[in-house]
Amino acid sequence: MRLRLSPGMVIDGFTLKEHLGTGGMAQIWSVEREDDPTPLVMKFPMLIDSDDPIPIVCFETEQMIMPRLSGPHVPRFIAAGPLDPQPYIVMERIPGPSLKARLSGVPLPWAEVVRIGAKVARALHDLHLQKVIHLDVKPSNVMFRETGEAVLVDFGFARHEQLPDLLAEEFREPFGTTPYMAPEQVLEDRADPRSDLFALGVMLYFFITGERPFGTPKGGQIRRRLWRDPVPPRARNPECPPWLQEIILRCLEVDPNDRYATAAQLALDLENPGQVALTERAERLERDSGMKTFRRWLKARKAQPLETPNIVRQLAQAPILLVAIDLTPGSEDLSEAQRVLLGRILSMEMEARVACVNVLRLSRIGVDVLEDEEGRSLHVQRLIQLRHWGAGLEIPKERITYSVLEATDPAAALVDYARHNNVDHIVIGARASSAFRRYLGSVSSRVVAEAPCSVTVVRTPRERRAEEE
Amino acid sequence: MLIALLTDIHGNREAFSACLAHARALPVDRFILLGDYVGYGADPAWVVDTVRMLVSEGAVALLGNHDAAIDGSDEDMNSLAREALHWTRGQLGMEQRAFLADLPLIHEEGSVLYVHANGYAPRGWHYITDTLEAARHFSRVEAHITFCGHVHVPMLYHMSTTAKVGSFSPVGDNEIPLLATRSWLAVIGAVGQPRDGVPAANYAVFDTARQSLRYFRVPYDNLTAARKVREAGLPEKLARRLEEGR
Repeated sequence: MRLRLSPGMVIDGFTLKEHLGTGGMAQIWSVEREDDPTPLVMKFPMLIDSDDPIPIVCFETEQMIMPRLSGPHVPRFIAAGPLDPQPYIVMERIPGPSLKARLSGVPLPWAEVVRIGAKVARALHDLHLQKVIHLDVKPSNVMFRETGEAVLVDFGFARHEQLPDLLAEEFREPFGTTPYMAPEQVLEDRADPRSDLFALGVMLYFFITGERPFGTPKGGQIRRRLWRDPVPPRARNPECPPWLQEIILRCLEVDPNDRYATAAQLALDLENPGQVALTERAERLERDSGMKTFRRWLKARKAQPLETPNIVRQLAQAPILLVAIDLTPGSEDLSEAQRVLLGRILSMEMEARVACVNVLRLSRIGVDVLEDEEGRSLHVQRLIQLRHWGAGLEIPKERITYSVLEATDPAAALVDYARHNNVDHIVIGARASSAFRRYLGSVSSRVVAEAPCSVTVVRTPRERRAEEE
Repeated sequence: MLIALLTDIHGNREAFSACLAHARALPVDRFILLGDYVGYGADPAWVVDTVRMLVSEGAVALLGNHDAAIDGSDEDMNSLAREALHWTRGQLGMEQRAFLADLPLIHEEGSVLYVHANGYAPRGWHYITDTLEAARHFSRVEAHITFCGHVHVPMLYHMSTTAKVGSFSPVGDNEIPLLATRSWLAVIGAVGQPRDGVPAANYAVFDTARQSLRYFRVPYDNLTAARKVREAGLPEKLARRLEEGR
């Protein structure tokens, strides 16, 4: 510290109020600015040991990246001060404690772990969409807004795809917090957004079992995670459902290609437990055999860092596609045309995730009869029909989800689903326009107008001919 | 204040006009030109006249090696550059040649240095093509930020407080903060003869208030510029360079 900080001190118009805490590399103070009611914090990097350049480079990194970020999942950037006389960053204060406060209560109930996981995954996806990898996801770097959204803090180790990576150029060593670091980070690879999914997996593992999957290793021991798999969560806490173990162990895969392709796909699984495709991971109760571990060890000796980051491409090849299927009789040609188009998209976007959705329309007034004459649930019947439609697609079953939404307003239901699940592309069928549809407004035209993403409207040749007549 | 940085225009009227129009539309407050107005392209006289007009309106224009060679020695040049130079000499009048001969080598504003090739030996015309050359620049130049051209390919070098030098290849239109904690050497890509496989013209804008830099690529009518090079009887390779950007 160059200045002795104390309450009441004024730095560039910000008045220091209360010392909130000291982390590994920074001090945090609550501050106020005249005529500004926003609660703010000021972060000062600790520069006591001038021989150690890491705090200053982390500070520079954060100073570069934070002004570029926006949205509910990051603290709003306010101001930054240069090195001389006193470096600082001022940002919005997120009230409440970080997830670190929950560590005293681990293991947490699984429903709570899932709730936290889904929120953090959605925050990570939003960050990745902004071309940034956090690279230091851990409980003390996750906070929550009063409105419920997860907020990621501390971008000292982060990487922005379009800005110089100061850390990589300054040092030749891995960065991160050792218990949470992904195997590729151990290999000094700072280019893969899926590293953040690994760290989230470590966090969820810790919350559900009360123990860290790889302990708190030091020095060369950090590399062990390249070959040694963790004890399966269910062996430590039988309360952990098999599908949650499946999700956690998939996040903890050594090869990023074996993890979820995007945080949005992870969030989709966490929020749809019934749709998680269970593999051998779900049932595992012991660690891998010595032989399997030995083979991974051999592979790890040759492991090399990957190339430069391409977050945009990684996300682009793993979009979430929503296909809205109309199951009313007479729509078979339209749903077939949608399947053909989807097949083409899947052949290019290799890691896409498909959400097949049908809307069961409820009337606004009156009681809906949701059973047919033989007492079978319409909801279940629709699901069976959706599955039948999806079976014609060449896609592994873990990458396809089926949902029947019950709603009075189908267009609004589809748009809400797309927004909540970070859908990248909606494929919807439409009948040719007729005077009747123009008057009433069709579901597809409303979805086109209101969706937060790209929308492709599919029509069949029959519709084109009908229009010409 | 926004300062447009343009360099290595090389007699390319189409590229120069497109970048000027792009910068004026932002709009920028000032122009600083880092040299090499002539050589290679088919419109050296028009480009020099435009630079003179900009200077009369307050722009800064520095001397490049091709400009210096008009009335000086061309012995350090490759044959292609020399052939273009001989042709260019015949295109310029006395006033235009005098204007080029009088241009300054460097320009300084506070801790910001503007120069054509490098800060340690401006008249030596050494190229900064890697971090070693950039380290040499940083070790001998006091400036916090240096802007130069000469290489034709955009690159951003930076040096930390511990004297580690890094490089960054800028992508797209993207604002890069030039942090006060490091030294910066920004190589601006060529307006008139890009060489990184992208035919679009390069230029950059320095925001003095935000202390940030934006690299731009401006598509222009490179096919017309290439046709004029051929019609002028200049080497075919120079025309193809404009078509392919390499």
